[in-house]
Amino acid sequence: MNVTTRGEAGGDDAGVRLDRVTFSYGPDMSMQFDCSARAGAITAVMGPSGSGKSTLLNLVAGFETPSTGRILVGGRDVTALAPAERPVSMVFQENNLFAHLTVADNVGLGISPGLKLSAADRESVALSLARTGLAGKESRLPRELSGGERQRVALARVLVRNRPVLLLDEPFASLGPALRDEMLDLVAGLEAERGLTVLMVTHQPEDARRIAGDVLFLEDGRVTARGTAADFFGGAGPEAFLRYMGEAYETDRSRGIARKPT
Amino acid sequence: MTAASSARSRDWRAIAGAAALAAVAFLVGGAFFGLLHEGAPSDLAAAFDDYMLRVARFTLWQAGLSTLLSILPAIAVARALSRHPSFPGRAWLLRLFAVPLGLPAIVAALGLLAFYGRAGFAADVIDAAGGGTWPGIYGLTGILVAHAFFNLPLATRLFLEALDTVPADHWRLASQLGMRPAATFRLVEWPVLRAALPGTAGLVFMLCVTSFTLVLTLGGGPGATTLEVAIYQALRFDFDPPRAVVLTLLQVALTAAVVVALSRFGMAVTGEAAIAVSRRRYLGVGRAEAFANGLIILLAAVFVLAPMAATVVSGLAADLGRLAGEASVRRAVATSLVLSGLSAFVAVPLSLSLVAARRGIQLRRRAVRPGPYERLLDAGPSLVLVVPPIVIGAGWFLLLRRGIDVFAAAPVMVVAVNAVMAMPFAVRAIRPAYDAASERHERLCAGLGIHGWNRFRLVDWPVLRRPLATGLAFAMALSLGDLGVIALFGSDAVQTLPYLVYQRMGSYRTADAAGLALLLGALCLSLMLAADRLGRTPE
Amino acid sequence: MRARLALLSSLLLLSALPAAAGQKLTVYTYESFTAEWGPGPQVEKAFEAKCGCDLEFISVADGVALLNRVRLEGKDTKADIVLGLDTNLTAEAAATGLFVPHGVDPAGLVVPGGWTDPVFLPYDYGYFAVVYDTEKLPTPPSSLKELVEGDARHKIVIQDPRSSTPGLGLLLWVKAVYGDEAGNAWAKLKDRVLTVTPGWSEAYGLFTSGEAPMVLSYTTSPAYHMIAESTERYQAAAFAEGHYLQIEVAAATTVGAGNPLTRDFLAFMTGPEFQDVIPETNWMFPAGRTDKPLNPAFDRLVKPAKSLLLPADEVATNRKAWVDEWLSAMSK
Repeated sequence: MNVTTRGEAGGDDAGVRLDRVTFSYGPDMSMQFDCSARAGAITAVMGPSGSGKSTLLNLVAGFETPSTGRILVGGRDVTALAPAERPVSMVFQENNLFAHLTVADNVGLGISPGLKLSAADRESVALSLARTGLAGKESRLPRELSGGERQRVALARVLVRNRPVLLLDEPFASLGPALRDEMLDLVAGLEAERGLTVLMVTHQPEDARRIAGDVLFLEDGRVTARGTAADFFGGAGPEAFLRYMGEAYETDRSRGIARKPT
Repeated sequence: MTAASSARSRDWRAIAGAAALAAVAFLVGGAFFGLLHEGAPSDLAAAFDDYMLRVARFTLWQAGLSTLLSILPAIAVARALSRHPSFPGRAWLLRLFAVPLGLPAIVAALGLLAFYGRAGFAADVIDAAGGGTWPGIYGLTGILVAHAFFNLPLATRLFLEALDTVPADHWRLASQLGMRPAATFRLVEWPVLRAALPGTAGLVFMLCVTSFTLVLTLGGGPGATTLEVAIYQALRFDFDPPRAVVLTLLQVALTAAVVVALSRFGMAVTGEAAIAVSRRRYLGVGRAEAFANGLIILLAAVFVLAPMAATVVSGLAADLGRLAGEASVRRAVATSLVLSGLSAFVAVPLSLSLVAARRGIQLRRRAVRPGPYERLLDAGPSLVLVVPPIVIGAGWFLLLRRGIDVFAAAPVMVVAVNAVMAMPFAVRAIRPAYDAASERHERLCAGLGIHGWNRFRLVDWPVLRRPLATGLAFAMALSLGDLGVIALFGSDAVQTLPYLVYQRMGSYRTADAAGLALLLGALCLSLMLAADRLGRTPE
Repeated sequence: MRARLALLSSLLLLSALPAAAGQKLTVYTYESFTAEWGPGPQVEKAFEAKCGCDLEFISVADGVALLNRVRLEGKDTKADIVLGLDTNLTAEAAATGLFVPHGVDPAGLVVPGGWTDPVFLPYDYGYFAVVYDTEKLPTPPSSLKELVEGDARHKIVIQDPRSSTPGLGLLLWVKAVYGDEAGNAWAKLKDRVLTVTPGWSEAYGLFTSGEAPMVLSYTTSPAYHMIAESTERYQAAAFAEGHYLQIEVAAATTVGAGNPLTRDFLAFMTGPEFQDVIPETNWMFPAGRTDKPLNPAFDRLVKPAKSLLLPADEVATNRKAWVDEWLSAMSK
């Protein structure tokens, strides 16, 4: 199983496609996605709150099941697969780590979900921790880490899992701007090394502009616009996006002011 | 400014906690004082003869085994229920699981015997199969079965609440990482269960230590004697109050030792300072596991519900219409509801104070291990459970008899004792939610200077609404079934429903007693329903 | 909420309010005496009509609690009369020094073996008996010896002498019949005992739900089933050695000695108006003269060949040792 996913990793065939997927939380909350994300690229998923960004990621990860339609990764229909069987890793905003397990164990779970780790496995855990800047912190507990470090542990686990698709559900939203940029660069670096297909939910335009190649724009449970980041941020995006951006810039500016005194 | 207000808010919690602790200590200490003041110990060395050692050993042995046999299956049942949030009838099962708590021991014993007794269902089956005469479940088996009937449902509910504190993200993570059931249990479920284990096991242990009617009735002979029987005997037939105090202290000390030992087994889990907003679970349960879980739930349901069904059947045979029309029954229902309601309304704020104070101290400490005062706030008040109500009742009777009219004091005593006895249950219902909410909001509140009443109203109440309602219902159900305190005070003013059950049983009116027991069970169930409704968040 | 509070305060008031003005008599008793179907309500009505006073019953759980209650209150007791002790408790009750002679002529009493106690005055009596289920046990034991040595497959439920009056009754019954051999008798009886319950209610509940074909109760128990339930199913077994007697008594306290109503009530208690009520409310035999004939069902009850009763002071002195003997025989 691991071997096949490894085989898929880095291939051009790891693009993600939602083929006429419908989904609903209830009568008032029906969503419809028909879109795709380019293999080996970073796609920013943007849109107002409640527009269905996290749901889209949950559908790809397998935490939600579509009412109709198919989800394809690299041309392969994964709709019926359990989350663990999909060639996908996901990093959440919070709670990526088990509080009672050490950093190394939390990463090791990505290799063996029963924590049966060989010496070689331990070695690769240490390597990925080193790659994410956490060398020497193997035996720490999550509560002894900073918020940014915890998310680095989650990324280290993504590395050992070695799945071709990475889903990021605002994992850096609670970090400061400098730290956030650092983390984004780390993600971009990993994407380049491994040829990952990344779908990244974010509210911050500068995040998307920093590392994303493409943008999917969602409103009311539908993808209403798509294109390259260059087009979107170069002013060629759809009107709804510009309106949203206006608000976002507004928020961003006020945040900037609020930040100053500290 | 911010620092000052947060300090003030901590003070408020510490004061409330100290006050709650003092209230418990006052109630128990006052009773001991009253009893010891009555006369010098006759011959205290005689309190520790061979007989007493045997009794103490048996008490611990049966309580330990009962705890094990209640806790281990409860873990399996809670886990099965937690993995199937939409199991058919799940909500009703959980409500029914709270009913044994409010049933008088003899009602439960007769219900159990209708199934496992010599004239019960099991006997019929074995007879029909030609397996000879069924000996019944008298002896240690009977004691264990009865204790499991009372405590397995309670422990299941408490464990299920612990499992509910697992962040939804962890379930998602487990399923993404492809953890098998064994790994999920070890890595996701066991840590929270382990954190809840000492408290739950301690509670069950204490309830089994003080078991009296069940141990004697089903124990098969005086070989099955608990310390509680000896205390009762010392106070009633021998009329030796100091001996009763000494034996009570022995019971408290032995139990405290076990509770402390259990607490070492536990581990505080402090996770990240966030709880996922999403309440949705992402559970992939395989077919084989689903089948096993269904079987576990079914077995537990049959084990607990069958004796209750027997109680219902014999209750329905009673002339319910006539009973409902009787003035004494109506009065008893009203008295029961008022007294248990008042007990619950005293118990819940006291419990909340203890929980808040403990949390406040935990937040301030730098050491990894809790200090003695924090431990005291945590487990101390629970030990009141192993002080027999008859001891508290008798002690306070002695103190009060000269000062005021003891008949007027009877309802007050009932409320006070029941409230204190219900606190350990309420604390367990409230604490996980309070601690989790505090984990999330503590700094925010400190930063914004929200404290005291404002904090309770704006921040804590919306989160605590549900556990507080559960605590209230548990406390009420527990108080409904209690009789012990009033033995000496004279019960004319406090003729509660369980009192009527015993009264009718004691004068050949077994059918009436069964009908009233059914009414009592129905009352418990409606309390749980009310708690569910009260606890439902407005959204 | 407000309604609840109102209810509670009325509850408190009810129990705290002093009784109506005028003469008043306070009698402590046990709960089943004052139950709606017990003798209490009828006795109260009859006595109040006669004396034009207020008779107040205050009830606690049972006879033992009654003694403890008075013992705890000591000289401050509110009781003029304590009604509901039995002969096994009188020695300890007398030792408290809280009771005064009753001054009632015992000539009219019809207690088996006669009555001479100057302090405690009987109002009813009964015999302990093994009650059996005729549908499950066609041939019950005909003596205590047969019970002790008989077929251990036919079980009996008994009560614990440490917590219950009938339990103590059986202990004394065996002692009265076997004397020093009581320990051995218990060791033999042990196999026949299904279980030992803390009180009468639990034992009788197990018996009627079919757990055992025999239970320790009273010779009068079948009368309840015959009169109230019209069934002959449950009967008492007559034992050749005789049956142990339980006599229930009342006594005036030192406080009641100053109340003129106290003597009136004690005299009333041994008279027909009180005694007529006893059989079918307390399910015991009247200890004094009655006007109404007993319900014929009472004539069909077991008439003991002999009344057994150990002296009260002997019981008080040896109770602990005898209970220990019972414990060691039964715990093996």
